[in-house]
Amino acid sequence: MSQLTMVEALNLALGESMAADDRVCIMGEDVGVNGGVFRVTKGLLERFGADRVLDTPLAEDSIIGTAVGMAVYGLKPVAEIQFSGFTMQAFDQIEQNMARLRNRSRSRYPISMVMRAPYGGGIRAVEHHSESREAYWAHTPGLKVVIPSGPRNARALLAASIADPDPVVFYEPKAVYRAFREEVSEEPEVMEIGKAQVVRPGADVTLIGYGAMMRPVLEAADDLVEEHGIDVEVIDLLSIKPMDTQTLVESVSKTGRCVVVHEGPRMCGVAAEIIARLNEHAFEYLLAPIKRVTGFDIHFPYFQVEKHYLPDSDSIVVAVKETMQWT
Amino acid sequence: MSPRSANSTASTAPVENRPVRVDSNSVETIDLGRVEVIRVLDEKGRVVDAALEPGLPDDELLRLYRGMVRSRRFDQRMLAMQRQGEMGTFAPGLGQEATQIGQVYPMRPTDWYSPSYRSIGAQVWRGWTMEQLLLLWAGYFEGFAIPEVANELPFSIVIGSHVPVATGVAMGIKVRKDDAVVVTNFGDGASSQGVVAEAFNFAAVYKAPIVFIVESNGWAISTPLEKQAGNTVLAARGVGFGIPAVRVDGNDVLGMIAACTRAIDHARSGRGPYLVEAVTYRMSLHTTADDPKVYRKDEEVKTWEGKCPILRFESYLKSRDVLDDDAIARINEEIEAEVIAARDRFRELAVARPEEIFDFVYEQLPAELREQKAEYLERLKRKGVQ
Repeated sequence: MSQLTMVEALNLALGESMAADDRVCIMGEDVGVNGGVFRVTKGLLERFGADRVLDTPLAEDSIIGTAVGMAVYGLKPVAEIQFSGFTMQAFDQIEQNMARLRNRSRSRYPISMVMRAPYGGGIRAVEHHSESREAYWAHTPGLKVVIPSGPRNARALLAASIADPDPVVFYEPKAVYRAFREEVSEEPEVMEIGKAQVVRPGADVTLIGYGAMMRPVLEAADDLVEEHGIDVEVIDLLSIKPMDTQTLVESVSKTGRCVVVHEGPRMCGVAAEIIARLNEHAFEYLLAPIKRVTGFDIHFPYFQVEKHYLPDSDSIVVAVKETMQWT
Repeated sequence: MSPRSANSTASTAPVENRPVRVDSNSVETIDLGRVEVIRVLDEKGRVVDAALEPGLPDDELLRLYRGMVRSRRFDQRMLAMQRQGEMGTFAPGLGQEATQIGQVYPMRPTDWYSPSYRSIGAQVWRGWTMEQLLLLWAGYFEGFAIPEVANELPFSIVIGSHVPVATGVAMGIKVRKDDAVVVTNFGDGASSQGVVAEAFNFAAVYKAPIVFIVESNGWAISTPLEKQAGNTVLAARGVGFGIPAVRVDGNDVLGMIAACTRAIDHARSGRGPYLVEAVTYRMSLHTTADDPKVYRKDEEVKTWEGKCPILRFESYLKSRDVLDDDAIARINEEIEAEVIAARDRFRELAVARPEEIFDFVYEQLPAELREQKAEYLERLKRKGVQ
């Protein structure tokens, strides 16, 4: 057992997947000699060579486009886009080819590949480095969308994403990259994609979050139990698409109340989808309207005010208390 | 050559018989600055460059001829079917038969072909049956199943978006140290797409075994080449990316074979990508939803009728006593019968199976799609479809 940061855990998963399967290769800007700007790919060039760790030209659209071609050829590329804000330049190839080529070829060419990108705010970055656009990819048929929240599930979900026969968008909460360490097993661990986790059982209200928001969510849950006597059940979504409707419905059927938290903009965000599903499948159990605590429908603010924009434990506590007031 | 004089060669004069000099840089032994212009047959089918004649035996020459005639007659039949409401929107390849057949002729079956949507004749050459292509263009799922015999990528409707994918396949070949090459084609309109330039760059950086064929056919829907490109010698783009390039008369099938054989050999030998600019003309419509009379003059089309790739090759074959008028008539009749038989098979196979729409999105249906499929089947049942 070792205590790893998320960056180290992701590096471990990449190394393990590459050692286990010679079809797995890594590509992206600065992923080789430099080991990536966050060092997620550190040391992999030395271990696996330049045929499997490709430093690419600076062109996001073609990093994804050529990765799709390599997947057509039977390789398993893990393409890194340096920041989620830059995935917009790859939107074309993600939508036209990564998400569609299996369907267009009637499954002759399955696209088994991963697009990794650090996402989200909270690290005082410049413009276009803090976006949370997972809702775009969840809206695109053919993709899977996965967001880990800590070192251990990051390692296990990345391994699963690389092994997956379908294209996976793997968003890494960079605010968590080095925020804390977690015990990560010596043995390779793989988690099933499409499963949410009840990380804290409770009876009064269900609190749903994912990625970097799991930290304020858990903080709020502690606060609510200790200060307000509200027994909160916390769910880590982990997989945006496919979405584990069953776990969400079971929890809300039990608690009757729910608050959903994400840092991406509110309009057509992941919370909207979760609330729609709970309306469809758990309406008769609901004791209060479901609330959402999200980013605003604005461009991610410059970093002097970002901490006021991001949902924090305080705003989550307020939302839960409002939900509890319904009788 | 200055960009200005390059412009003057656009659309009316397909190829100048003099080299286009852009720069004097060189990589390895290839003079990157020199965009050579290739033509084997002139517009009357006379040999103008015997050194580049591929030296094919008569039966191969006839096979080539049949390939071009097949391309044209199939195209004409599809257009008739479309006008009768039996076929969806498609992009006719009329007039580009030499470009189409000439680029796939030098390929091995194990090589990868990544066509644009205007490559129907080349697809038939690569092993697609006509009835399957009819199914595809009539909007049936079965039509999209790539034949097992063809290492081929599906075309993409978004202009140029297939080119980085083709480059990625070539990068995969390079990583795996395999012997195959990728041939991909796109039009002059696609040459304006950023992603096509990116794909050139990736291929050059990785020395990926890929041949880019730009079918410069004069028009991107209603936009003429002069409004598409500042330098209408599109082969010249190879220079900027470190890719050797050649410009070829795309209506001369032997010229195409000479150029593409050289390009494919170059890529296969590990020396990296090659760019072939095939100067040709889109004789017909952009797609069946287009009316070119709105934007181009009849005289221009007439000029190009005189450069017909099939008539030109016929003259050549006649001059070599490989073909005579009787044989031409016979071959045309045989191929027309082949096309009609394919149309009849297509009519039998054309049965819509709506329940399939969910089945190729993922390897396995996720729970949410299982639910949606059940909902859809229920809807079909209500409507009496199933």
